[in-house]
Amino acid sequence: MTDHEHADHAHEHPTWKQYKWVALILTLITVVEVWVYYTPFKDSPLFVPTLLIMSAVKFAIVVLFYMHLRYDHKLFKALFTGPLIIAICTLTALMFLFGKFSL
Amino acid sequence: MANAHAAESASHAHEHVHEHVHEHVHYTTTGLDHKKIAIWAFIGSECMLFISLISTYLIYKGRSVVGPFPHEAWTSPSGQLFAPILNIPVTSASTFVLLMSSLFMVLALEAVEHKGNPAYANNIRGNSKFWLMATAIAGATFLGFQAYEFTSFVHEGLTIRTNLFGSSFFTLTGFHGAHVTVGVLWILTLFAMDYSRGLTKKDTVLVDICALYWHFVDVVWIAIFTLVYLIK
Repeated sequence: MTDHEHADHAHEHPTWKQYKWVALILTLITVVEVWVYYTPFKDSPLFVPTLLIMSAVKFAIVVLFYMHLRYDHKLFKALFTGPLIIAICTLTALMFLFGKFSL
Repeated sequence: MANAHAAESASHAHEHVHEHVHEHVHYTTTGLDHKKIAIWAFIGSECMLFISLISTYLIYKGRSVVGPFPHEAWTSPSGQLFAPILNIPVTSASTFVLLMSSLFMVLALEAVEHKGNPAYANNIRGNSKFWLMATAIAGATFLGFQAYEFTSFVHEGLTIRTNLFGSSFFTLTGFHGAHVTVGVLWILTLFAMDYSRGLTKKDTVLVDICALYWHFVDVVWIAIFTLVYLIK
């Protein structure tokens, strides 16, 4: 693959219709998150994992579709996911260190 | 006379070459534009910054000796009652506004990318000025919500010096608000360029890097909204 083919590949984007669908899905997930907050489910041990999963899905959707990382060059993926993984590992280690998580 | 003509031709040729160079995207040896590599590297470093702020918030969570608290009511030693301070309906509305701003930004990029495309000409899809201004207005509205929230917290007795929750909360959301402010100014700069000379397809990278920054600010808020506001 030549340099310019790389660049052309990097310009593949979702369509207008897909962008609107993505916005609708993000809005629906946000509505569910807020709705769950006001239900008795918030006292369930599954409440926090459910919210974290929904948040992670929203995060991934924005990064993959709006930031075009799904369609972009692998170097861009590495520049984003590398520091993100290090940061999440640091967060997890700090939570254990300060007693927020325990085994 | 001939010398003057030759000098003029050379000058035109130089201007043409100069313009030609500026029209092209600056590729690196990877075949990728260096501005995009830079913005992704910057966003990677920003991930670390925000995770450190979020970690600090989570570590201090529940360790405040005095209120007001985020999710629980608190009675002060003097008998004053403080309600839970976080206002979920208002923050949900501001979250929705920021999510919509991301949609507007991606449509602004789409409009600039398709400049000259007949399918996008003379309709709202190709109107980059409209989408850029809509994004800036949505960003400014989010900042308005944040200013309202901060002001009401101070009126209710929570400042950055009140307790650990106040310190970590204002630092985290304040840093995010500062990033949104920079984003709004950046988008307004693009709008001014579009208004004065008109953005063309060649300006796609300029809009793209701004859009990447703006979406990153959005994903940071997605994490903050869940971790700070919704999880008790």
